[in-house]
Amino acid sequence: MSDDVNGHNESIQYVTVVIGGQLFGLPIERVHDVFVPDSITRVPLSRPEIAGVLNLRGRIVTAIDMRRRLHLPPRDDGGTAMAVGIESKGESYGLLIDNVGEVLDLPTAGREANPVNLDARWTAISGGVHRLNGQLMVILDVDRVLGGMSEAAAA
Amino acid sequence: MDDLLREFLTETNESLDVVDVELVKFEQDPNNEKILGNIFRLVHTIKGTCGFLGLPRLEAIAHAAETLMGKFRDGVPVTEAAVTLVLQSIDRIKQLVADLEASETEPAGSDEDLISQLERMAEAGKPPEPVVETPKHTEGALIYQVLERQLRPGEVSLDELERAFRETVVEPDRAAEPAPAAAAAEPAPAPAARPARAAQPKAEAKDGDGETKAGGVSAQTIRVAVDTLEHLMTMVSELVLTRNQLLEIVRRHEDSEFKVPLQRLSNVTAELQEGVMKTRMQPIGNAWQKLPRIVRDLSSELGKHIDLEMIGQETELDRQVLELIKDPLTHMVRNSADHGLEGPEQRKAAGKPDKGTIRLSAYHEGGHIIIEIADDGRGLDIDKIRNKIVDNGLATEFEVEKMSEAQIFKYVFAPGFSTAAKVTNVSGRGVGMDVVKTNIDAIGGTVDLKSVAGKGTTFTIKIPLTLAIVSTLIVESAGDRFAIPQLSVVELVRAQQNSEHRIERIRDTPVLRLRNKLLPLVHLSRLLDITSIGAEATQPVSEEDGFIVVMQVGQQTFGVVVDAVFHTEEIVVKPMSTMLRHINMFSGNTILGDGSVIMIVDPNGIAQAIGPSQSAGTSEEADHEEERTRDTAQMVSLLLFRAGSDEPKAVPLSLVTRLEEFSIDKVERSNGRDLVQYRGSLMPLVYFDEFAQRKTEGSLPMLVFSDAGRSMGLVVDEIIDIVEDRLEIEVGSERAGMLGSAVIKGKATEVVDIGHFLPQAFEDWFRRKEISSEALTRSLLFIDDAPFFRNMLGPVLKAAGYQVTVCASAPEALDMLEHGRRFDVIVSDIEMPEMNGFEFAEAVKRHPRLRQIPILALSSMCTPASIERGRQSGFDDYIAKFDRPGLIAALKEVTTHEFGVAA
Repeated sequence: MSDDVNGHNESIQYVTVVIGGQLFGLPIERVHDVFVPDSITRVPLSRPEIAGVLNLRGRIVTAIDMRRRLHLPPRDDGGTAMAVGIESKGESYGLLIDNVGEVLDLPTAGREANPVNLDARWTAISGGVHRLNGQLMVILDVDRVLGGMSEAAAA
Repeated sequence: MDDLLREFLTETNESLDVVDVELVKFEQDPNNEKILGNIFRLVHTIKGTCGFLGLPRLEAIAHAAETLMGKFRDGVPVTEAAVTLVLQSIDRIKQLVADLEASETEPAGSDEDLISQLERMAEAGKPPEPVVETPKHTEGALIYQVLERQLRPGEVSLDELERAFRETVVEPDRAAEPAPAAAAAEPAPAPAARPARAAQPKAEAKDGDGETKAGGVSAQTIRVAVDTLEHLMTMVSELVLTRNQLLEIVRRHEDSEFKVPLQRLSNVTAELQEGVMKTRMQPIGNAWQKLPRIVRDLSSELGKHIDLEMIGQETELDRQVLELIKDPLTHMVRNSADHGLEGPEQRKAAGKPDKGTIRLSAYHEGGHIIIEIADDGRGLDIDKIRNKIVDNGLATEFEVEKMSEAQIFKYVFAPGFSTAAKVTNVSGRGVGMDVVKTNIDAIGGTVDLKSVAGKGTTFTIKIPLTLAIVSTLIVESAGDRFAIPQLSVVELVRAQQNSEHRIERIRDTPVLRLRNKLLPLVHLSRLLDITSIGAEATQPVSEEDGFIVVMQVGQQTFGVVVDAVFHTEEIVVKPMSTMLRHINMFSGNTILGDGSVIMIVDPNGIAQAIGPSQSAGTSEEADHEEERTRDTAQMVSLLLFRAGSDEPKAVPLSLVTRLEEFSIDKVERSNGRDLVQYRGSLMPLVYFDEFAQRKTEGSLPMLVFSDAGRSMGLVVDEIIDIVEDRLEIEVGSERAGMLGSAVIKGKATEVVDIGHFLPQAFEDWFRRKEISSEALTRSLLFIDDAPFFRNMLGPVLKAAGYQVTVCASAPEALDMLEHGRRFDVIVSDIEMPEMNGFEFAEAVKRHPRLRQIPILALSSMCTPASIERGRQSGFDDYIAKFDRPGLIAALKEVTTHEFGVAA
């Protein structure tokens, strides 16, 4: 839903995360928590992007490997993975990411459309780009990240 | 909605259900005043309440129905038509109540049609008081109606009605009721409100001590919204999970001060869980309540006499489950009435009572409820189903031919399947049984059917007591744990190389020999397409080892190979994420005591993946034929045991079907011999030493031998070991039952002649088969220098239907052949002194007259070189010793082939 990032002349707070060296931002109201995923149970026969399921304080959370989702190579620096907990349609998901950064308050006006030559698979889940000092932040559209997966699953 | 109205609706719905049931009972037993009294009271309550709630339509019908029933009370004979009419009125009331529930107002319309019929009926059969004015029951005429009633002789019946109340309900102030009740109904709705208040407590009090069903209990019960209970249940489930987690943590820390309070918490939680579960429990009779009425209507509609027996109505099960099986049950009963039972003429022709019976029974078994729906009708028409399967393209004719009866019956549950020649109102539209199955599958249940032509059909539904908590077996495969619902698990088998249970292969398909059947196996890891990851995963388990979880889904039995089996755990099923729901191998997931998430395997999914073609139950013959590619070692697996004396005894393991142990008290004596119940039939026991002192307590270890569906148990003292050794009998034996002695594992061991014991169990063990194959009896020459094999295989070959001539050496055999003895087939050992098997075969093949006789080699030396040598010598086939099935199969092949050529 692009409404989330489409506020009027105000600013939106983003939780920034790093996935495969790229900075991404998630609208803060979509982020329920940030946690270190522990003992993920693989789910056989599931889509490759689904890392598995885990127990987060008594709830079963579906973990999504964002590197796979973004068609990035698997992580090889041996660092501890982090996860961003989000909710969608009453279900809990955890997006597996490399690192969590700070929370940024960015003016909606600064948001730019996706560059036309951006990988189509990225365009599909990106809500735009913010130019920051020294780097670019891609806005992750949470619903499209998840939606694209269920659609494919249904197909 | 108004509280008063809501209460009225709930109560009326309940009352109507009861009236339905009672009326059907009443029709069968018209002289039972108590039943009539009950019906009166309920209908009257409805009428009264309608009055002060301002529901004229309802009141008018109730009144008319009541009047008719008043006549019954006056001694008017109860006719089927009359009861039907009353039932119709009840239906109308139900419909009105349903509308009322939806719209909160009584729907407009007239019920004049019904009312006038009711009145006519009431008038027609009213011998004692022919003077009846026809009351006008129209909405606007309510007041007159009441007034009229007070004037006309009908008032007598009101008194009678009250008497009925007094008789059935012991309540002192009941006698005072008529006036207020009438008064309540009298004025127009608005002023009715006040008297209504006054009447209300009475109505409730009456309900309170309604002796009919609730006894004195209902006064102590309260109504709770289902949602509240559901929420409570969810919370308790969470509590159970948290408790489990805490327990797991404490388990890791010895001497934790949490231990005691946690123990307490654990107990309380368990009790709480049980308590909450209890609130959800309802007797299954609630789901059956509508059935008597349905069956009654059906029997008049179909012109059949049907008796509905209901057994175990009080069996309780979870409300949620109850809701889900209500419709399938109804459908199945309708089906039994329509398809299952024959018409009265047909029944009479078949020598059955013209009244058909549908028996519905429910009982607990383990953590499950078993519901059976049995009819004594014509049974399923297997040919019709067969044709239908082919017609619908569900299977080819060829496939159908090969299916067992049970497999064919299973198609009844296929979508769009109905064998009813004509589509009736009741069933036969081909939407039904598949829906039934789907519904039952959905709650983790199974449905099975048995049918005997001419005797009837029985459907058996097995469902878990509750859906919320499921008992599962936790297993490991490829380093991951999975939960398998216990409902489908039949048994666990440990498979190891060299053990009795080992995983064998037909080409690449793994199978397990289990009690004379071949069980198709599937590796869970392969099914789920997973491989071990990381070093911490247990070392790759050998292909042939593992635990086999034998599962049954419907008629399908199969084994799922896993790497390890842990324990059983009661788990709370949580639905899977929508992203995972398309994976039909899983039915849900849950959090285990240690906090990790585990996937719950869906037995139905596995069964589907395996496919119906692979289920066990194909003919044994075929199984054996496929098996014969193994067992080539020179070493022989021997089962060592002790019986009768201290010396160890041995028997080739391949002859033993299974090892069992029965507790002594399971042994029954009948007709002079000891028997145990084994797998649904009686198995005779043979004691190794008939005269030895028998144990009087403890258990009896035994070797089970099975052949062609019959089993015998050879009771021994102790089973010692299974060893691999060469079997060379060095000292022959004169004793019956002993072939001789051999050195096995460095010890002198007696080798047992099983052929001696088999006839003790069944005198006709061998004879039986000879008879069956008499027409085909072939003569067979068997050459072996070892007495053990002569003694062991001789009977085996005889049992397979051959006329066996045994010969101890090749020259002797050759001599016999050259002197004109004719044989249809020759089986020869290879390693023999004087002349070995190869030389013998060459000699036979050189002989012009004998050349045609097929000749099989039987050897403990099965190397490729020796097989090739055998082929060159002229052997038609080369079989490993101890591969008994292989031998039989090969014999069959060469002899039929030979016959084919000759013919």
